[in-house]
Amino acid sequence: MTLHRRTLLGSTAALLAAPAYVPALAQTGPIKIGVMAPLTGVLAAGGREMVDGVTMFVEQAGKKMAGRDVELVVEDDGSNPDTSLQKARRLVEQAKVDFMMGNLLANTGLAVAGYVRGTGTPYFIPIIAADELTQRNRIPNVVRVAGYSASQMAHPLGDWAFKKGYKKIATIGQDYTFGHEQCAGFARVFSNAGGQVVRQFWHPLNTSDFSPYLGQLASLGVDAIFAMETGADATRFIQQYSSFGLKQRIPLLGAMNTTDQSVIRTLGAECEGIVSAAHFAEGSDVAATKAFVEEHVKRFNRIPSLYGFAMYSCTMWVAKALEKIGGRAEDRAALLAAVRSTELDNSPLGRPVKLDEFGNPVYDVYIRNTVRRPDGKYWNVPLETYPRVSQFWRYSPEEYMRQSPYSRENQYIRQG
Amino acid sequence: MNRGVLWLLALLAAAVMPLLLSSYHVDLATRILIFAVLAMSIDVLAGFVGRTSLCHGAIFGVATYVVIWVMAKAGLPAVPAFLSGVVAATLVAALFGLLAVRTSGVYFLLLTVALGMVVWGICLRWTGVTGGENGLRGQDMRPALLLARENFYWLVLAVAALAAWAMQRFVNSPFGLSLRGIRDSESRMRALGYNVPLHLFIGFAVSGFFAGVAGALYAFFNEYVSPSSVAMGQSVAGLLMAIVGGIGTLFGSFIGAAAIILLENTVSWYTDRWQAVLGLVFILTMIFAPEGILGTVRRLAAPKGRAR
Repeated sequence: MTLHRRTLLGSTAALLAAPAYVPALAQTGPIKIGVMAPLTGVLAAGGREMVDGVTMFVEQAGKKMAGRDVELVVEDDGSNPDTSLQKARRLVEQAKVDFMMGNLLANTGLAVAGYVRGTGTPYFIPIIAADELTQRNRIPNVVRVAGYSASQMAHPLGDWAFKKGYKKIATIGQDYTFGHEQCAGFARVFSNAGGQVVRQFWHPLNTSDFSPYLGQLASLGVDAIFAMETGADATRFIQQYSSFGLKQRIPLLGAMNTTDQSVIRTLGAECEGIVSAAHFAEGSDVAATKAFVEEHVKRFNRIPSLYGFAMYSCTMWVAKALEKIGGRAEDRAALLAAVRSTELDNSPLGRPVKLDEFGNPVYDVYIRNTVRRPDGKYWNVPLETYPRVSQFWRYSPEEYMRQSPYSRENQYIRQG
Repeated sequence: MNRGVLWLLALLAAAVMPLLLSSYHVDLATRILIFAVLAMSIDVLAGFVGRTSLCHGAIFGVATYVVIWVMAKAGLPAVPAFLSGVVAATLVAALFGLLAVRTSGVYFLLLTVALGMVVWGICLRWTGVTGGENGLRGQDMRPALLLARENFYWLVLAVAALAAWAMQRFVNSPFGLSLRGIRDSESRMRALGYNVPLHLFIGFAVSGFFAGVAGALYAFFNEYVSPSSVAMGQSVAGLLMAIVGGIGTLFGSFIGAAAIILLENTVSWYTDRWQAVLGLVFILTMIFAPEGILGTVRRLAAPKGRAR
């Protein structure tokens, strides 16, 4: 494998012709994989972990997939949808990658998805959680390999919260689609089970001071609070929640990204005891998970976050699919069909995973608790498992998709 | 050689380019032309009126949003969609102009930043219409004739050349001369009986019109728009292109846009630190060629002892 950012500049007039598929010819070179991640900007740390996840698998696999050499072409999406689109164009049209994977922010993924709809390039999105991409607005060549839809993990947490005995809950979330979808998933299941969603707060991305929200949250008299935060917002929210003295008074539930390793890595006791739901828990004692975490710590000196785990699993998944079709990465239809039908049984989850018919994985979902390790670091440890959770929770897919998608206005909260 | 002949040759070279380039490079060239029009529209104000605007990215983006919205949501065909995008951008520019002509210097800069942020905020929060953070996607927006990249490139080239010619005529017209007068001394122009605010307002609206043309073209090029298209970064990018090309040279914007877009797209192949490289290039340009690339070339080419 050569980890070039640059591949041959094939800028001849002959290449103007539509990329015709010539299996016998193309089969000779390496399999070219386009990897996009935010390597500059505020999300650069997460993006770096994404690339690490990919290279970790590729190196473990001896830099080969299905007997063919692998060439990674890594591009920085700059956390910006326009940049992503520009980079995706280059990966497809100039670097001529066989397929692409990656991107972190939903809007970057949606921009690239819109582009590959036209080119037919297979595009795998282990981090992009926008519900719509595997629901109402599916694109045949966009598959959420080893990813999850935003509301998928929030649904079981809503169920768990009600069973736990919480009656009144308030939610706070970042005011964009990812936040709206997760809060809606939680609020819908919780309120339909019989709980009461007292109030919902939406704050802009990159809120530095949460005190106006925390003051109101404290006076609502709720049994628990659900927080949907990512990145630096999550860090600040958890810190301020604790320093406001709310930590001792009101239990905090979080979206999986609120207590992701990338967030709690920098935190201390203030993150202890936050309950969240996810398919991956780095503190699980399943042998496969333990082995993956140990290997990751050895290579990169940090416990893996969701970003690293998801990209690692995605690469593993695609490699397995390529095995099935004899490494014919150029055959897009065969690759997509193989990816869709692959059941991944040796992932770090230690349990077999497969996709539903809409291209989103079905997982056993953990309810996780953040726990202090003997070395003073914190991680997520499973409390309970919800088996076989699909993106539609317990609703029928047809009925689910007939209803309008989750949004700030459509939170599906049942009153009374 | 006559300057007109020179530009004609450049135009000719640009016209045969797609025959020699790969499809990806044709896309890059199209992007360069579109952003050159944006940079020129900024140069009209910065170079000839002495007002540096930081809201032209937002005006540009308004056109992009309107074109995509009108086609995807209202189902209008391409030509009316294009026109409505340009009209919307011009109206926004006129509104901004009304507010901004009262100021100059750093206050003008700050006011335009604020106005641009308003547009950005609206695009981000009005999710029902703009799609919020996720933006709007258009589908199959280009008419059949323009589906091929080369054809679309030639259209953009024609529009860019026309826009460049029109802006050149505008700044060299008697009206344009009065704008330069305002740049050099506002009080003197007022004393001479010129209606300074009205002149500034018209200058701003005309400049906004051309930013709108660029934005509407961009809609058909990108078929996607999100708040980052109206964010301040877009205005700054346009301004930097104008500065690198040479403020007050107008056509320098083509060189500036080409330099920046090519740097952006080639340096990132080699290093993660491409933004640092870009920054370094800007600093070096400011130190060694403060008049921009075209400005410096003109100064060196001009006979000694004669001011341009």
